[in-house]
Amino acid sequence: MKVLVAVKRVVDFNVKVRVKPDDSGVDLTNVKMAMNPFCEIAVEEAVRLKEKGVASEIVVVTIGPNAAQEQVRTALALGADSGILVETPEDVSSLAVAKLLKAVVDKEQPQLVIIGKQAIDTDNNQTGQMLGALTGYPQGTFASKVDLAADKVNVTREVDGGLQTVSLTLPAIVTTDLRLNEPRYASLPSIMKAKKKPLEIVTPEALGVSTASTVTTIKVESPATRTAGIKVKSVAELVEKLKNEAKVI
Amino acid sequence: MAILIVAEHNDGSLAAATLNAVTAARQIGGDIHILVAGQGVGSVAEAAAQVEGVAKVLVADAAHFAYQLPENVAPLIAEMAKQYSHVIAPATTNGKNCLPRAAALLDVDQISEITAVVSADTFKRPIYAGNAIATVQSNATIKVITVRTTGFDAAPALGGNAALEIVGVGVDSGKSAFVGEELAKSERPDLTSAKVVISGGRGLQNGENFKLLYAVADKLGAAVGASRAAVDAGYVANDMQVGQTGKIVAPQLYIAVGISGAIQHLAGMKDSKVIVAINKDEEAPIFQVADYGLVGDLFELMPELEKAI
Repeated sequence: MKVLVAVKRVVDFNVKVRVKPDDSGVDLTNVKMAMNPFCEIAVEEAVRLKEKGVASEIVVVTIGPNAAQEQVRTALALGADSGILVETPEDVSSLAVAKLLKAVVDKEQPQLVIIGKQAIDTDNNQTGQMLGALTGYPQGTFASKVDLAADKVNVTREVDGGLQTVSLTLPAIVTTDLRLNEPRYASLPSIMKAKKKPLEIVTPEALGVSTASTVTTIKVESPATRTAGIKVKSVAELVEKLKNEAKVI
Repeated sequence: MAILIVAEHNDGSLAAATLNAVTAARQIGGDIHILVAGQGVGSVAEAAAQVEGVAKVLVADAAHFAYQLPENVAPLIAEMAKQYSHVIAPATTNGKNCLPRAAALLDVDQISEITAVVSADTFKRPIYAGNAIATVQSNATIKVITVRTTGFDAAPALGGNAALEIVGVGVDSGKSAFVGEELAKSERPDLTSAKVVISGGRGLQNGENFKLLYAVADKLGAAVGASRAAVDAGYVANDMQVGQTGKIVAPQLYIAVGISGAIQHLAGMKDSKVIVAINKDEEAPIFQVADYGLVGDLFELMPELEKAI
């Protein structure tokens, strides 16, 4: 079975981002970029399916600037077989990403599509669900366990009250939660080998997809800052402050 | 202009998150209708009809809406949405699961987790784990929005008298089926709506030690949360995780015990009114946002705290 994995290049999760002084966005010049953590989990899950002999081929796709090739190469080093970069210089909305992925799905015909549940930059949590609507495939979002059978996949999902398991008819879409697996590190030989794996670069125009969006960002500001308060010396002092000063207990 | 709210409900009761969505809708302005989709949702529809400010409740009751599987619910939402200017759902796991699928069926972008309404087409939402606030404007004919519940007060659950209307139910897509669920049982208040939350992190060292937190929580009537480290280490269940990828809370009082205060955890609790940090590491980043910090060994301090309150 063929598995398609979508990955995104985002600011590294440890970076404390700064808003530009003109409120036009977040300053990403000279900031460390990396693969979105949820996407790493998606790649890892696909590789494990291949190691179990369930998946036969892994295609990794990203939508982003030319530099996003780095993240495709990372996925190839982790065990994906081939890569596709849909090159767009501008940021595109989740709906546009879903439409581009739909075009790739139509071409590649995967049985399973694995995507992270959300990107840590836009925090949208939309793309997998939107791709589900466009392809008509069922969706197993926020997955913490994926069990593939012949023509079905059982997905255990992290929901507000605990866990829920659903059975989906293949082809299907799974979006990963943090507890699905522990991603591996790429070894140096596999990084070298990944350089030789095929990576195709296409444009949205070539896929026949318009990336126009109905939503525009007017401005981006820093959140209200919260400053450090005081240190108390004892539990008694803490309880006294909470009762009489903050009046919260 | 009318607004459709997709109700959050479970076990035959209307979830509080729906009331926060009603407040967001009232700020946008216009008639408010609530869509209740599920199986055996009579009592949920009755409750929704009593919410103040609601004009109509649309009831879609059918076996294939049980557990609100998105393959069946999203087409229903999209079909209903065509008569509305806005479609709103609370940003619960259900809302996040179904609404983007409905938005794509309508061919419009979705705006996720708004925390403020600027005008009927302009909203504020946090990005980068809450480290920046984006103001976004939509020119879509149908604006599809999820609402961060902690950003809006709950609308009064009583005082309304909306009419009920049964709506067409469509057919089962046949592509997905519910298999089972494991829901955590707790006597304590719901994490996302609790007035006091006490959370533990890696500093607790094991699941057994969380009883120190439960003892304090029971005295304060508090809900108990956790950091990702505590959940990943298996101390507690994942539905207790507070943070960017877990639950977002904004209680009156948040007590962080043995939590360092990583960006991803702060994203879920930094809008709390008062933050207390208890940690033995004086340099822990949590102290940079805490109103009251107490440096010391939590294993000595927690029993003391339990006695003192």
